[in-house]
Order: sequence, then C-alpha cells, then structure tokens
Amino acid sequence: MNDPKYTGQEFKVIGSRVKRPDGIDKVTGRARYGADMNAPGQLVALMLRSPHAHARIKKIDISKAEKLPGVKAVITAADLPDLTEGNAGLFDTLENSMARDRALYDGHAVAGVAAIDKSTAKKALKLIKVTYEKLPHVTDVDDALEDDAPIIQPRYATEGQHGNLINKGEFGQGDIDQGFAEADVIVERSYKTGQTHQGYIEPHACLASVSPDGTGELWVTTQGHYSYRNTCAQLLGMDIAKLKVTSSEIGGGFGGKTHVWMEPIALALSRKANRPVKMVMSREEVFKASGPTCSTSMEIKIGAKKDGTIVAARAECRYMNGAFPGMWGTLGGMTAFACYSIPNNKAIGVNVLCNRPKVAAYRAPSAPMMAFGVESTIDQLSKELGIDPVELRLKNVAREGTQAPYGPVWGPIGIEPTLEAVRDHPHMKAKLGKNQGRGVACGFWFNIGGQTCSDLNIGPDGTVNLTVGTIDVGGARASLAMIAAEELGITYEDVKVNIGDTSSLGHNDTTEGSRGTFSSGMAAIFAARKAVDVLKERAAKMWQIPVESVIWEDGSARANGKEHSNLSPLTLKDIAKKAGSTGGPIAGHHEATAEGAGVSFASHIVDVEVDPETGKTQILRYTVVQDAGKAIHPDYVEGQFQGAAAQGIGWALNEEYIYGKDGRLQNSGFLDYRIPVCSDLPSIDTKILEIPNPGHPYGIRGVGETSIVPPLGAIGNAVSNAVGVRMYEVPMSPPRILKALDEAGV
Amino acid sequence: MAGVHVTTTINSDPVEYVCPADESLMDVLRDRLGLMGVKEGCGTGDCGACSITLDGQLVCSCLVLGAEAEGRAITTVEGMADGQNLHPLQEQFINNAALQCGICTPGFLIAAKALLDENSDPTETEIRYALAGNLCRCTGYDKIVKAVQAAAKDLRK
Amino acid sequence: MEVFLSGSLVDSLNGLTSVEVEAKTIRELLTRLIDRYPRLEDHLEEGIAVAIDGTIIRDDWETPIPVGSEVFLFPRIIGG
Ligand code: FES
Ligand code: FES
Repeated sequence: MNDPKYTGQEFKVIGSRVKRPDGIDKVTGRARYGADMNAPGQLVALMLRSPHAHARIKKIDISKAEKLPGVKAVITAADLPDLTEGNAGLFDTLENSMARDRALYDGHAVAGVAAIDKSTAKKALKLIKVTYEKLPHVTDVDDALEDDAPIIQPRYATEGQHGNLINKGEFGQGDIDQGFAEADVIVERSYKTGQTHQGYIEPHACLASVSPDGTGELWVTTQGHYSYRNTCAQLLGMDIAKLKVTSSEIGGGFGGKTHVWMEPIALALSRKANRPVKMVMSREEVFKASGPTCSTSMEIKIGAKKDGTIVAARAECRYMNGAFPGMWGTLGGMTAFACYSIPNNKAIGVNVLCNRPKVAAYRAPSAPMMAFGVESTIDQLSKELGIDPVELRLKNVAREGTQAPYGPVWGPIGIEPTLEAVRDHPHMKAKLGKNQGRGVACGFWFNIGGQTCSDLNIGPDGTVNLTVGTIDVGGARASLAMIAAEELGITYEDVKVNIGDTSSLGHNDTTEGSRGTFSSGMAAIFAARKAVDVLKERAAKMWQIPVESVIWEDGSARANGKEHSNLSPLTLKDIAKKAGSTGGPIAGHHEATAEGAGVSFASHIVDVEVDPETGKTQILRYTVVQDAGKAIHPDYVEGQFQGAAAQGIGWALNEEYIYGKDGRLQNSGFLDYRIPVCSDLPSIDTKILEIPNPGHPYGIRGVGETSIVPPLGAIGNAVSNAVGVRMYEVPMSPPRILKALDEAGV
Repeated sequence: MAGVHVTTTINSDPVEYVCPADESLMDVLRDRLGLMGVKEGCGTGDCGACSITLDGQLVCSCLVLGAEAEGRAITTVEGMADGQNLHPLQEQFINNAALQCGICTPGFLIAAKALLDENSDPTETEIRYALAGNLCRCTGYDKIVKAVQAAAKDLRK
Repeated sequence: MEVFLSGSLVDSLNGLTSVEVEAKTIRELLTRLIDRYPRLEDHLEEGIAVAIDGTIIRDDWETPIPVGSEVFLFPRIIGG
C-alpha cells in the first residue's frame, strides 16, 4: 500500500490556478440556486411550526385554512404515510419533516400549506388551529441526563440506562488505569461547547412537482441529490427511477444539506395539489428547523511522564443529538486522540437526546468539540511540565505505523510535518504586545470515498463532457476538469464538467466528508482511461495496425515501433473527428465505490488580543497548516482552509444557540447569531503540505473539513496566554471572558 | 391589497411594475422582474446578499419596499458588466477565487463597487469595514479582500 | 485471524473487543460474524467500515483480506 510510485508524478494541469468554469455565471447573477427556479402554475408553500419545545398535538383543525380562496393543499402528518412499523431511520426523517403526535422542539413543523402566492399561504397558516398540550422539556445536554428529565423519545429508551442516552461509542487501546498510574503529571478538566449552525448563506429551497401518474421532479439545493431522491421516494411511496432530482447551484452546505428537511413535504403538497410547489425556508426556519451541530459537555484527562511522554489519556464527551438519534458521539470518540500516539487511551462519545432540532453534520462533524477539550488539556499539561506546547505535541505525535485509536494503522500521514511547519513558521516569532497571546492546536479528519458514478463523453470536435454526480460547492468543476484534462493529455479549456441529475447517472453518495474531488476525481481518471482505450482502438483502425502497437502520450495516439515510423501521431481531436466511421461515439464510464480516502491533519497558529475591559477577543494573526495530499487547484484548497478556519473562529468566539427557560430558541437570526464578518478577521495565512495519499492515483486527500477542528483549542490556548485565564466553555464570548477574568481576580 | 404602480429605472432601463404596498423591493426584483442575481439570505437586513444600489446608495433590497423605488435608479449585479466586458471587480473575483459557493458574490460585488465609487484606493481596513455588512460563510473573506484590492488597482489605471 | 471491534459494535458482540474468524473477503468476514452474532446485522444497515492493515474500506465487500493482515471493524464514518 505504501507504494512510492505516486510520488514524483509530473503534472501538466494539476496544481495550476485555472479559472473556474462557473465563475462568469456566478459574478453576473446568472447562476441558479435553490430559490431561483420557477415552474408554470407554481404554488408557494409555507410551513406552520410548533411554538413549543415539547408538546402533545391533540388536534389540528385545517378546515378554515382549506376553505380560504387560493389555498390548494394543506398537509399534516395525517396525510403522510405512517411508518411506525418500518425502518427507524426513515420514520425519524419523516417525523422530523412533520411532527406526528408530539412536537419535539421549537420550530418542529406541524402543517404545510400550498397556495397561489405567499400572502395567501401566510393567511392560511393563521387559520390553522392546533391544540397543544405542553409537556416538560429539556434543552441542555447535562440536564437531559438528570433523573427527572423528560424522556424525549421513549421508543429509543433502553432498560438499565437513562432514557435520553442513546448509545456510547468507545475507542482506544491499552490499559488506561495502569497508564495513569505510571504518569508523573495528570491534568483532568471539564469543558463545554455551544451548539452552532453551519450558517450557509443560502436557505433551504426547492421546487417540487409530482403528477398523478406517479412521476415527479425536484429541483433542490442539496449536497446529495441521489440520497434526497432515495429518501423522498421511499417516504412518499414513489418509484426511485420516477423521481428526478436536480441539484441547483448550492449556496453553501457544510454538512447541513446532506439531509432532507422540508423537501418531502413540498413533494407531498405538490402531489395533493397536482401543481408545482416552491418552498423556501426563512432564515429563522433554517436556524430552528434544519440541522445544526451538537452542543457538548466533556471530561478530558491526560497523564505524562516528566520528560513529556504521554502515557495515558481518557476522554468522555456527551453529544447533544437534538430530538433524533445520530452517530455524533461515535465520531467524536474516534477522532479525540487521533493526532497522537498514546499507548493507553480511551475515548467515549455519548449520544444524548434533547428538545432541540435534529443535529446534522457540520464540517468534520464532532471532531472540533473533542479537539477543544484535548488541545486545551495538552496545553495545560505543557505548562505543568514546563515543556513548550509544540514540542510536547511533537514528542507524542502520531506517525506512519502508529495505530489510530479506532483501529487502523496509519500510512504516510501529515500531522508531524504540519507541527514542524508550525514550529518553523515566521508567525511563531511575531512580537506580541500587552493582553496578546499565541495559541497552537491540532486537528484530524478522516475523509471518505463512497459510491461514485461518472460519465465522460468525447464530442465530434474532441472537446469533452464529464458528467459527475457529486455537487460543486466551491470549485469542484474546475478541479474535475483539470483531472480529466490531465489524464487525457488535453487542455483544461477542452473539458466541460456537468453535474448530472439523478436520471442521468447511477447512484452517487452525498457530497460529504470531503469526498467530492477525491472520489469523482478518481472516477474521472478511470473513465478517462477507459476512453483512452477506445481512442487507441480507433487510432489502430484509422492506421490499420494492431491496437497493441498504439500508445497514448500527451493527448495523442502514437504508433509504436520502427515499422510504423511513417505514421504521424493522431491527436484526440483527429480521432474524435473520425469517430462516426470508426465505430461511433467515444466515451468512458466509471462506477465504483471509491476506497482509499486519505486522512488529513492540520495544525493552526493564532494570535489574539483580549480587551480586559470588554472581554472582546480580536484575532490578530492566523495561520493554517494542513496536509492536503496533492492539491489540484491551490486557490480552492487555500479557500477551504481559510473558510474552515473562519467558521472555527466564529464557533470559538461568538456563535451559539441560546435557549430560554421556555425551551425556545432566542437567537434565530444573523443579528443575534453572529457569524464572523470581514472586519472581525485578519488575513488568514495558509500553508499547504502535500503528503500524497497512496490510496489515490494522484495522491489526493480530502481538504474541506480538517481545518475547522483546531481553531477552538488554538484560540482557547491563545486567550489563556494573553490574559492568564483558562476558558472551559466555548464560545469564549465577551461575557464569559469577563466572568473568568473576574473570578481569577485579574 | 391594492397594487401600487411604480415607474423606475433598473440597470439604466426604464421599468414599470405593480406590486402590493407591503412587498419588499427584493421580492419585486426577484419574483416579478426575474432579477435573480439579487439573493435572499435572511430577509432582515443582516446578510447583504440582496444588496443593490438605489440612486447610487448601497442598500439591502429586503429592507426597501417595492413602492419606494418610484422615480429612483436601481443597480443590481445584472447591470455590472458592460456588454461582453466584465467589470474589473467581477474579473478579479474570478481571478482571485474570491467565491466558493457564490451565493454571497452578487452582494459583495455591489457593495465593493459602492466602496470603490467613493474611494478609489481604500486600505485593507477600509475594505474590511465597508464589506462588514455582507456575510460570506465559505471564504473567510481573505480572497474577497484581495480581489477588491486588485480591482481597485485595475480601476485606477 | 483476529478481528478487532470498536465503538458501538462492541455491544452487539456481547462486549467482546476481538474475535477469531477465518475469512478471505470482507463479505465472508461479515457473513460469518453475523452468523455468530446476529445483533451485528443492525449495524450493517447504518454501515460498517473495515480497516485491513490500516486501509479503510467502507463499501467494497469483495475486497480480499490477505493472510496475516490486521483487521478492524468500526462504525461507518459520515462527514460534512
Ligand atoms: S436578504 Fe437582505 S440582507 Fe439578507
Ligand atoms: S462564497 Fe459561499 S457564502 Fe460567500
């Protein structure tokens, strides 16, 4: 597996900074996102949502709403299939789209309306009468495990453990008790992190159209149009092949658009009304009723020898899953100590239910929270040991051959090189002033491959269409065109990449886990290689020589051997032109489960200044060092690093869902849920390391997620170095910092 | 609700429309006039995706009523390019990879143009504050700032 | 060979963290394990990932398992 062949490849197109193909559409306003599509006769749909955190729905009276002129369909759970006996995952998905017997969180949908226009739909919502019986609620992850906490989902409760505790994922090696017994210094601390939202600027939006013959179309902003298709078809009892889902341009997703929310309801309304239905969430609905990330609460304990050798580590973290179970704790348990080589380690991720919206993935889901606790604890350990924090990390760093806490043995990995790059970076020598401090932290993310299907078609003039089923959330079409061009030996401009709808390609897994460029890139390479085989056959026919004598080089077929020295090379264009008379269209196709995704690591440096008067933290300098594997398009790799760091900065300093005593979300808008703006941030410096992934022909790893992992810990460490108080809760908002300063008597 | 009749100028073209008195200019531009380059990120004036200029003034079109456009001059992203020639800001946003998903891009372009119309040589800090009303969740703003600096330089030539 | 398990999979093996199984492919491995520990089947729906000598395989069940390799089973990973 550790075949060094992939190193030293020479690329012509890969690694250059070409212009993205969708750039002009996006700077002229021509690109169509979720809300930018209309259909003849379309209706506008709106959702009525629960104002209660937890309530029994005793009765819904829709009769007045239905009678309002202009209203074409009203839907409640009674109109939807009852999946109680079926697959639990599908049941949850449908119940989350529309509450059945109980509203489980503030904003849970209880009825949907489709009307001729928005104002009619709004009036209709007011005419729906819902009789609720309020139930006790709980929104804090620790409170949810108290004895007197209401049980959110009795059907998930297990005998012998708290009814809101879904399951635990436990990972690690060695004997931690013995490890801690050997330690000279042990640091044990508790931490909490707030719930954040992906904060994509484009709200969820779709245009659904179902006809009485059982066929349907869905135009939707999504990271996974195939999985939306499969889910919606199953929920509504449609044939998968008859529901065509087209992914619009997507205005950000970060994991939040991997899951259906109101789309099944839009389809159901369209079916009932027999008219196309457009449904767009308001920002408030996005916050309340799409899928934010988990809030957490954890204990971290790390023990080391005097010389800095970490001998034992334990983490236990409770992940608030919202009202429906997920696997978030499990992912947290797997990532907790992945950056280090610790002989005795145990990490436990616990999944807990609360009256909050169903949690969805958010960029490297579950990793940033554990990393906050682990990286903060390592920093405190370094202080107790009197060892430089970067050196302490380097001393215990995971390397090729280290066994990951969740089992596999690492191949060539980049954590040590990123830490060395941090140590040697000029940023580490920048001067710091009063109330300023520097922090460093590391992060890990798996990256994934998955099911992928791509089509490559060569036109009569030799230009190429590559159709892929992963979506383009930030330059993927450019990267994929570069890969196809590289493989075929033609120019980037000669390749046009399209995102296929669900009827044009086989199943493609959702574009998540940084898999887009990795797996569609892999499929593009193999599809191109198959097309090259065809091109060689055609050239052989044109020359009337055996195909074995044809080789492919620099975008041309060449006849091998002295006897053919009179034959001058045939370019791809030459062969394409003659395709009609040599056997018809030339294409390559590839479908497979892309395996071999390469893990990725990052180390970040941050300088902050904390104002002791206001508690406000300003980011002064920020440097991201991440292993990208081979960087296809460096601009977009840097952009991913910067964007991920900015999201992490927001999480660390400001962003947080705030629930009132009534269990209702108090800051469901960008005014009060404040994401970083341009003037909050400095320029974010990046350094791309390219440690090739042996599992990919070009050495590609995923790049999108890892850099959201380190910022929380890095900033916590920097704040501590700036003003001498250790922050145990994220976000480190001004009131929290002031309180900590006050308590420390600073 | 009775409609209001509005006569206005959009991207230098004369336009007339009828809209309910309480309809936002954003909805008018998007849903009645098909100018979908005006994006909706929040509808409450917090994200800047719906930015346009009204008589040269940068505004969030979600906070302006359609009826208020009477007799005014509106510019949207659709009016930025001059025929086949992109505006230097548009050009530099592409060159500098200043967009990832691109949903925020029209708003940033309009806001950046409003800044450069006033100040042809802004500092980085001035750029960052001038664009602070526009949210971008993808880029971390770095490449957006660089694109605006590059465009400002082009425009000064 | 010895197969190591982690995370919530351990529950379905009645608390065992490793078992002895002979198998030439992932498919064979999973079939034999389910024969012995039927509760593992629930996890198959959510997905299981397998690491063979450090390389993670998510879906390709025909992947051969070389003799003497180190095999780990853990819950399937999703992302953002
Ligand atoms: S939509 Fe107008 S500011 Fe957000
Ligand atoms: S590029 Fe996606 S929000 Fe700015």
